[in-house]
Amino acid sequence: MRLTQGTFSFLPDLSDEQVRAQIEYCLTNGWAVSLEYTDDPHPRNTYWEMYGNPMFDLKDAAGIMAELQACRKTFPRHYIKLNAFDSTRGVESLRLSFIVQRPGQEPGFMLLREESKGRTQRYTLRAYATDQPEGQRY
Amino acid sequence: MAATGTRSIREASKRYQAGVMKYAQMGYWEADYQPKDTDVLAMFRITPQEGVDPVEAAAAVAGESSTATWTVVWTDRLTACDAYRAKAYKVEPVPGGPGQYFAYIAYDLDLFEPGSIANLTASIIGNVFGFKPLKALRLEDMRLPVAYVKTFDGPPTGIVVERERLDKFGRPLLGATVKPKLGLSGKNYGRVVYEALQGGLDFTKDDENINSQPFMHWRDRFLYCMEAVNRAQAATGEIKGTYLNVTAATMEDMYERAELAKELGSVIVMIDLVIGYTAIQSMAKWCRKNDMILHLHRAGHSTYTRQKTHGISFRVISKWMRLAGVDHIHAGTVVGKLEGDPNSVQGFYNVLRETHNPVDLQRGLFFEQDWGGLRKVLPVASGGIHAGQMHQLLSYLGEDVVLQFGGGTIGHPMGIAAGATANRVALEAMVLARNEGRDIWNEGPEILVQAARYCTPLKAALDTWGEVSFDYASTDTPDFIPTPTAA
Repeated sequence: MRLTQGTFSFLPDLSDEQVRAQIEYCLTNGWAVSLEYTDDPHPRNTYWEMYGNPMFDLKDAAGIMAELQACRKTFPRHYIKLNAFDSTRGVESLRLSFIVQRPGQEPGFMLLREESKGRTQRYTLRAYATDQPEGQRY
Repeated sequence: MAATGTRSIREASKRYQAGVMKYAQMGYWEADYQPKDTDVLAMFRITPQEGVDPVEAAAAVAGESSTATWTVVWTDRLTACDAYRAKAYKVEPVPGGPGQYFAYIAYDLDLFEPGSIANLTASIIGNVFGFKPLKALRLEDMRLPVAYVKTFDGPPTGIVVERERLDKFGRPLLGATVKPKLGLSGKNYGRVVYEALQGGLDFTKDDENINSQPFMHWRDRFLYCMEAVNRAQAATGEIKGTYLNVTAATMEDMYERAELAKELGSVIVMIDLVIGYTAIQSMAKWCRKNDMILHLHRAGHSTYTRQKTHGISFRVISKWMRLAGVDHIHAGTVVGKLEGDPNSVQGFYNVLRETHNPVDLQRGLFFEQDWGGLRKVLPVASGGIHAGQMHQLLSYLGEDVVLQFGGGTIGHPMGIAAGATANRVALEAMVLARNEGRDIWNEGPEILVQAARYCTPLKAALDTWGEVSFDYASTDTPDFIPTPTAA
């Protein structure tokens, strides 16, 4: 399967040049870029690990690309996403968030059902990869 | 604008003499009134009957929507009636609308119950629309003072929290209404939901008139739909939702349906505008208590929003619904099959999504509106739109919107999932290109063709619908058009 979280997951994986163009767009808007990685892609896993704090003061796309390369080197088989944070009053949240690295193999999720009353089901989603301990999943 | 017989009678002994007197003379017209920051302001388009003075007509609207009746009553003198009287303070002819006038009216804040749309509307649109001296009357816009805004809870979720909860940023959300809207069994209905969601949509939607009919009981629909939602989440690793319409005959029924939606793990429930303002506020309260997104379908609105001379502008409905507290509201597509002038629609969207609206006559916004931190409503564009219009939709409507492609997903020649994929790829390609600084308005068709090279479903969608457009003149257009200035 292909995990389709993030803004651009239905497009072919973005080239470095394309990622850089998106970073430029974020910087032009005054948003702070950050990187996060994980080997637990459950859709309710809100807190991916932070690769450092959001780069509030880094206004240079080349510098951010260098951070991304370093993150990729440290975590070559993890999911990595690039976020852009907008601190404008009334937003104070992400404005863009897209996957910039994914593992070669994505085994996907198992859907567990538990029969309950009145024909209802209790659903649980489990990533096959998370059967393994952290760090040994992909 | 001034006319004879419009001065209010100050002398109490004359003012309160039994009998009939002009509304302006009773004090419902005050040409030099300075609206207070805490006043509720309303702007009506009035079309007086032949021979009725427009100022007197405006004063009558002020009177009939506040304290007046058709004759003088001495019991006014038992109240602080000068304060409680609404005041018409400005009347202007409508540009290009002979016989029509814009009437501005100010209402003291204490005329209204805090946090009640039912009470606000019982005054503002209660009796006055059937008033005989007027041929027609339309409520064009309102300014709700922050002091009043703060008495409402507003949207239970709001755009920002909805995006965080769904983990979807940087692009419009995608939806589809299940079709045919009536007749499918629960099992077949859920099939459409599953295919559309796993193909790439974020949401599917019940139609406004899917409630609990002989062909599909509501419980059946909820159970099959949630199976579909969970299957699609497992297939994609993404949060998915389906707007389960809980509209029913009574509040008791609606609460029962909403409870099952919650028990099954749905992130969203849906209601129709026809359930009424009080029921909407009740459901907003329930949703806030239960962490649920609330989708509102504006069923019925065109009966009173579409014609320019009589009724209520949808921008006013948008304001009321933001106060009442819905998270989604259908607000027009511009390019689709339903009524929607681009400027008017952008006006509605701004009302729903901005923290502060400046006066913007071109988009039909007559008042400045401060929303005082009230959460934002996500507008929904639905009805006759398809992937080939993606550049226009993104340009007109921006990013904080749900684009709903019903026929444009389900009618896809390669199947429902392919239709969903086509829409998602078209959307992501367009957002990517826009962010890269490309001129999507002009290059849009080319961007779609490029994206279709690696996406056969998109190519099929463009081949099927690429040329389809709904090019009819709008009826609900702004009255002010920009004057071209020398470059």
